[in-house]
Amino acid sequence: MAELLQFTFSGLTVGAIYALVALGFTLIYNASDVANFAQGEFVMLGGMVTVFAMAAGLPIGFAALVAIVFVALVGLLLHRLAIEPARGASSVTLIIITIGASIFLRGMTAILLDKNFHNLPPFFGSEPFVIGGATLLPQSLVVLVGVALVLLAVWLFMSRTLLGKSLLATAANRTAAQLTGINTSAVIGMAFVISAMIGAVGGILVTPITLTYYDAGTMLALKGFAGAVLGGMGNPIGAVVGGLVLGLLEQFSAGYLSSQYKDAVAFIVILLVLFTMPQGLFGAKTVERV
Amino acid sequence: MSILTVENLRIAFGGVIAIDGVSFSVRRNEIFALIGPNGAGKTTLFNMISGLYVPQSGRIVLDGEDVTNFTPQELARRGMSRTFQNLQVFFRMSAAENVMVGRHLHENRNVFAHLLALPSVHAQNRTTRARAEELLALVGLEGVADRAASSLPYGALKRLEIARALATEPKILLLDEPAAGCNPVETEEIDAVIKTIAAQGVTVVLVEHDMRLVMRISNRIHVLDRGRTLAEGSAAEVRSNPAVVTAYLGGLGEQEAARARD
Amino acid sequence: MRRCLNSPFLLILALGAVVALLPLILPSNFYVRVVAIVYINALAVLGLNLLMGFAGQVSLGHAGFFGIGAYAVALGPVYLGLPGWASLIGGTALSGLLAFVVGRPILRLSGYYLAIATLGMGVLISMVVSNEANITGGPNGMEVPRLVLFGSRITGSLTWYWISGITLVIGALIVVNLIESPTGRAFRAIHDSEIAARVLGVDVARYKLLAFVLSAVFTSIAGSYLVLLDGFVTPNTTSFLLSIELVVMAVLGGLGSILGSIVGAAILVILPQFLTVFHDYEHAVLGAIIIVFLIFLPSGIVPALASLIRRGPA
Repeated sequence: MAELLQFTFSGLTVGAIYALVALGFTLIYNASDVANFAQGEFVMLGGMVTVFAMAAGLPIGFAALVAIVFVALVGLLLHRLAIEPARGASSVTLIIITIGASIFLRGMTAILLDKNFHNLPPFFGSEPFVIGGATLLPQSLVVLVGVALVLLAVWLFMSRTLLGKSLLATAANRTAAQLTGINTSAVIGMAFVISAMIGAVGGILVTPITLTYYDAGTMLALKGFAGAVLGGMGNPIGAVVGGLVLGLLEQFSAGYLSSQYKDAVAFIVILLVLFTMPQGLFGAKTVERV
Repeated sequence: MSILTVENLRIAFGGVIAIDGVSFSVRRNEIFALIGPNGAGKTTLFNMISGLYVPQSGRIVLDGEDVTNFTPQELARRGMSRTFQNLQVFFRMSAAENVMVGRHLHENRNVFAHLLALPSVHAQNRTTRARAEELLALVGLEGVADRAASSLPYGALKRLEIARALATEPKILLLDEPAAGCNPVETEEIDAVIKTIAAQGVTVVLVEHDMRLVMRISNRIHVLDRGRTLAEGSAAEVRSNPAVVTAYLGGLGEQEAARARD
Repeated sequence: MRRCLNSPFLLILALGAVVALLPLILPSNFYVRVVAIVYINALAVLGLNLLMGFAGQVSLGHAGFFGIGAYAVALGPVYLGLPGWASLIGGTALSGLLAFVVGRPILRLSGYYLAIATLGMGVLISMVVSNEANITGGPNGMEVPRLVLFGSRITGSLTWYWISGITLVIGALIVVNLIESPTGRAFRAIHDSEIAARVLGVDVARYKLLAFVLSAVFTSIAGSYLVLLDGFVTPNTTSFLLSIELVVMAVLGGLGSILGSIVGAAILVILPQFLTVFHDYEHAVLGAIIIVFLIFLPSGIVPALASLIRRGPA
């Protein structure tokens, strides 16, 4: 029982980060039909930039803020310099462009920062709680609460603000949105900025547990994508649920089956979902009009 | 005597019933037209008959065989071919190559021979090419055989699709708005092509908006409105059917039409 | 002049001439080796081009096949006692078989889903190879016994230059033959409009699978060649990065262009040689190249040059 609880805690913690990545994916995908493989780099940069900002003397709060703003800027530049100019390209070309951006960001991080593993101090100390025989790090709680707050913020933004609604409109039908006067290009840029910020927050929250280094983004992006596909590509709630489920599946199989192949779970899940129910848990089947 | 029969076809998308219990029979060698106002479901019906959509209920019988759930490939093998309202031309290939793809079912498809470029492949290419050129001439495109399809004007592309569909040597040819977007000269050319095809023994089922074309060449016309059959008969019968006029022109239009006739 | 450039068989002749004559002007063994590696990569890219450029599908996991070919010629001799050439054939067959088995369900997908599914396949192969360290040597890799044919050891850059060059020419010839045949027309039709291809009776699933299997075979042979040349194999031969590099070579050179596959391979193999000083910048430069070229030259270098030539001097 204690084991089960332990795996559940760690599964939810890591799943929460996957959920953020998956949500970021979905926001961008819905607004622009682009699957952004650089999503993982947003998370990585959130952690790395905070670490280096602290090393430069800033207190952790300020460092985190600097990181979030910086990553938001990176997201905006990604859209302006790499995605916007390639607007008419095929979906495959766009995927490769975002993969190129991800490689570029990784390379620049290795050059401008470094290639080592880095840590952040846990926010509320490192004394684990003991619940039902399982240990729960305070930082895990921070991650779960933090992610929940981020999701709430995004939801409020989308449903209560005009900007958020313009994002929903662009996602639903770009042409119609343009016809109502919405600057869809700016809206898509905003989707990138928001995705970048939530990715960065995720990175800052989770680095005290998982450490961070220049190459951490790739796996995160792929697993976030797996979560989004599992939940149903294009469905934000599905993305969050998919990310959490993936995290749980990963930890359970690591605990009960093989910890060596923990990372393989995400990919096996992707293949199974795509082969048996490509529309995911919450997605709708589409019909091609001829 | 009927080559194609549809019985009580029904399909819905989400909550919208696109086709609701449509039935008709197409006789061998005739030119059969499907008309109806926008949104009546004509292309949806075509897509069901040609295997792109699966009907939720009803039957489709081709030459005595129940083909209701057949794939487009299986239907092609049984002699059905079609063109598309929104062109599905192979734009990166030349006009001749487009038509050559239509010969696929009649070619030797042994991949090993192809990999090794055996003499049989060269002979095959020559035969296929010759047949493609014949068909291009039939639809009036003999001069553009080696031009990239992407460089051809719209009217030519519509005729190219017809030539390509004919390359499969179909028993029955479904034409989805062959004259859509064509000017009167191009429409006359399409008219002539359809008559030639029918004269060669191919049954033609036609979805079309251009009423003059339809009235001129069809043997029988089936009118759809909002997914249901409204009327069926010869051109004269359908033209003077008040329900048909109402469907197209609305109630006031019916009055105008009645006044125009008198 | 334009006609000549268009004839595909002339391309093969020209390629053969280049392969035959290049060693005469290459200054040292080092250059010969680099060109051999270009030929090997070009072979892999040619296979991928068949799938992506002609049949219009996408694979972000082709390093999986490259790696199977690579590890086959390492594991075969060491664990099964098979001679190198038999292991090479075995690895190729295994890649083809995997492509056949996995291809059917995977190729029913399209666009992003196909891309991510092939990516998943490639990454899973990579993980197996890295994790089963007691068999494969894990991340540190393992030695590859030199190929022995008719009693003599096949070593040396020049020997592998000839082997890879001749294989490349044969591979290009096969691709050209395929394109100018009913199968090639079926591929291209599927690329342009799957729906129309179906309606004309083309067995779309079968041809996609054929393209996938052929591309796996080409790539697997290339993988075997590379590690036989090197004498060593590591999980880098299966990495996601390599899958991306292969796709970039194909797209950079020009999808649907045989010459493009060779040009793309040449650029991505030779460029790092000049940038060895800037080894740390490799990732950043690769990423930048991908972005810039795909935005401004999405059809690739060779097609862009070809249309420039076609338009002619003003």
